[in-house]
Amino acid sequence: MRPRARLAVAIAALAAAALPSSGAEIPLNERRSAYEDMSRDNKSMQDDDTSNPGMLAVLDGEALWSAPAGASGKSCADCHGDAKASMKGVAARYPAFNDNANRPVNLEQRINLSQEQDQKAPTFAYESKEMLALTAYVAMQSRGEPIAPPADPRLQLFIEKGRAAFNQRQGQLNLSCAQCHDDNWGKHLAGNTVPQAHPTGYPIYRLEWQSLGSLQRRLRNCMIGLRAEPYAYGAPEYVDMEVYLMWRARGMTLETPAVRP
Amino acid sequence: MAARTLINVPQKARRGEVIQIKTLISHIMETGFRHDNVGRPIPRDIITSFVCTYNGETIFEAALYQAIAANPFITFHTVATESGTLAFKWTGDNGFVQEASAKITVG
Repeated sequence: MRPRARLAVAIAALAAAALPSSGAEIPLNERRSAYEDMSRDNKSMQDDDTSNPGMLAVLDGEALWSAPAGASGKSCADCHGDAKASMKGVAARYPAFNDNANRPVNLEQRINLSQEQDQKAPTFAYESKEMLALTAYVAMQSRGEPIAPPADPRLQLFIEKGRAAFNQRQGQLNLSCAQCHDDNWGKHLAGNTVPQAHPTGYPIYRLEWQSLGSLQRRLRNCMIGLRAEPYAYGAPEYVDMEVYLMWRARGMTLETPAVRP
Repeated sequence: MAARTLINVPQKARRGEVIQIKTLISHIMETGFRHDNVGRPIPRDIITSFVCTYNGETIFEAALYQAIAANPFITFHTVATESGTLAFKWTGDNGFVQEASAKITVG
């Protein structure tokens, strides 16, 4: 059987096994990072900063942090100082509510807002080398910190939107995110362990991609797997999902830059 | 952006000790076998050679080909013989050259 056909059969079997959906969220004390499902080699690749390929992008991000940009001639460091102090814990609380946008913005969007409004510089495209590098550098300052979504009542609506999307069946395979990641985590889909889908290490270095990628790239990945049409990068639907996923992973430890197979 | 390297060499070692050296370099390692979304071939752009010298003497070299993944991670062992410098050089397509070095104290 061709791999794609085999995958389809596996997904169909999984869908049948999952009915009726329990619809229950994973109890807080049973949550685990997909790090724990990795091989010993992959774990050691993530743990050693001189073998973690995500650290190459972090070095690029560190250079961007202190490079002047745009009409203001200012660098990130000119306003924010040493990222090790000023950016500690920031990635752990994004997406956060933005007053001007009147909705949550994720870390990538926040970086672009600062470039546009403060640096008067052109913004970075999603998944561009620069955007991934700067996000990885900022997010790495929160490595080891617990994920701490802000206790902002204005976010509640977006948590609910994200949760609804997470439980919504979609695509030609007619599966919801929850059917795999809430109801069947730890089981196998073809050769892979179904993870609980906690965004603990983004941007991640995925060996399959041979590059760093954002959470939205990973979400597109799953949508294409369901044969649903992915949203455009930066779409509010993705940000709502990010808000929900970070809330769902609250208290878990950030690992950025994480390595995944 | 320029290539980035990460080198892991023990700072100190005993004479005669076998030490592990780990090197990582950022490079896309584009195979030359792929096509873009309108069918044009994407030209090959890979690292073709890696050399490590220990106080000027070549102790390890490798030829790299298209099957090597992006951001090549090369790790190998050597015997710590004397204090000095381990120098690393990667060369590749389109005039790519990157160098790095690390000091080691052997006592």
